[in-house]
Amino acid sequence: MKILIVDDFSTMRRIIKNLLRDLGFTNTDEADDGNTALPMLRSGKYDFLVTDWNMPGMSGFDLLKAVRADENLKNLPVLMVTAEAKRDQIVAAAQAGVNGYVVKPFTAAVLKEKIEKIFERIQ
Amino acid sequence: MGDNKENHQGLDPEVIDKLRQQSSELAESISSGDHARAMSVISDLSEVRDQSLYREVGRLTRSLHEAIRNFQIDPRSPEQKEALSKMSDASDRLAYVVQMTSQAANRTMDLVEESMPAAHTMRDEATALHEEWQRLRRREIEPAEFRELYGRIDRFFAALTTDSDMLYNNLSEILLAQDFQDLTGQVIQKVTALVKEMEENLLGLVVMASHVDQLTGTVHQIDEKEESAEQGEGPQIKAQEREDVVSGQDDVDDLLSSLGF
Repeated sequence: MKILIVDDFSTMRRIIKNLLRDLGFTNTDEADDGNTALPMLRSGKYDFLVTDWNMPGMSGFDLLKAVRADENLKNLPVLMVTAEAKRDQIVAAAQAGVNGYVVKPFTAAVLKEKIEKIFERIQ
Repeated sequence: MGDNKENHQGLDPEVIDKLRQQSSELAESISSGDHARAMSVISDLSEVRDQSLYREVGRLTRSLHEAIRNFQIDPRSPEQKEALSKMSDASDRLAYVVQMTSQAANRTMDLVEESMPAAHTMRDEATALHEEWQRLRRREIEPAEFRELYGRIDRFFAALTTDSDMLYNNLSEILLAQDFQDLTGQVIQKVTALVKEMEENLLGLVVMASHVDQLTGTVHQIDEKEESAEQGEGPQIKAQEREDVVSGQDDVDDLLSSLGF
């Protein structure tokens, strides 16, 4: 299971990386916005994408849309972990094909639950 | 600027009086056929308007100067402008907050990442020893095994002492790493005060400028900018008081399940 974590703050990437490791996912890479993430996703054979929304450069929402529009990536499970809390935004993310949505600040239990739910649905 | 306030509500009362007086004079002179007088009233009227305009522009300029002085920017010297600008100071201060909080977060995570494996090892070793201990109590252990267990318990106690010392030290360092809150709190309060002060000064300027608009009869077309939900906004403040914002993960889950997720 190879996971890409995308967030512009290294602190948040590190927190998510640690939580994922506790859940048994040790194979993780990091990117700081959509522009760096997309080429990694295209060449890296990732199984799961965890992304923030608000980032300089390419936002997580645009990254989500780019992933869904890409023939090779369109089925990649995407979990959004973000401070964006407007109902419109959550609806937009759902319509764009997000698989899970976690609002910051979040707990380890919430992250675990959402990830497990996503994998349950895939299998 | 409290005593000025009344003047700022609209045109000066004397200007309004003059307008009234001269408009009836204008009407009168036109109806009586005295066109020369009507023209001179019109020119008087526009003079009143011009003079009020000059006065307001003068006020606006003075206020602008005052505001600039309040911001401590000296527009004549670029170096001084840079050095004295409270704004650039404010961004430095905020950059300092970002730096301090990120330092504290990373220091804390370093210590946590260092401590976690020690806690793991302790737990694993304690579990293993507990099993051996149970076997010993059930007298299932051979003398050779017992000697091995004897040494293992010794090493465990020694490791327990150094590891718990390490954990204790890491925890107290984590405690110390929280000292940023005091410093960043003070800095943020300073910047907040500056923002408030700026807002007040700007508001004063806007009121002045609206006077000039009134005298010249200028109406500004201000387009409402529609915000797109796709644009990231960052954390929502006062989320509890807002209808269009979720108040937590439960809200998100409800919303998503209502969409068939």
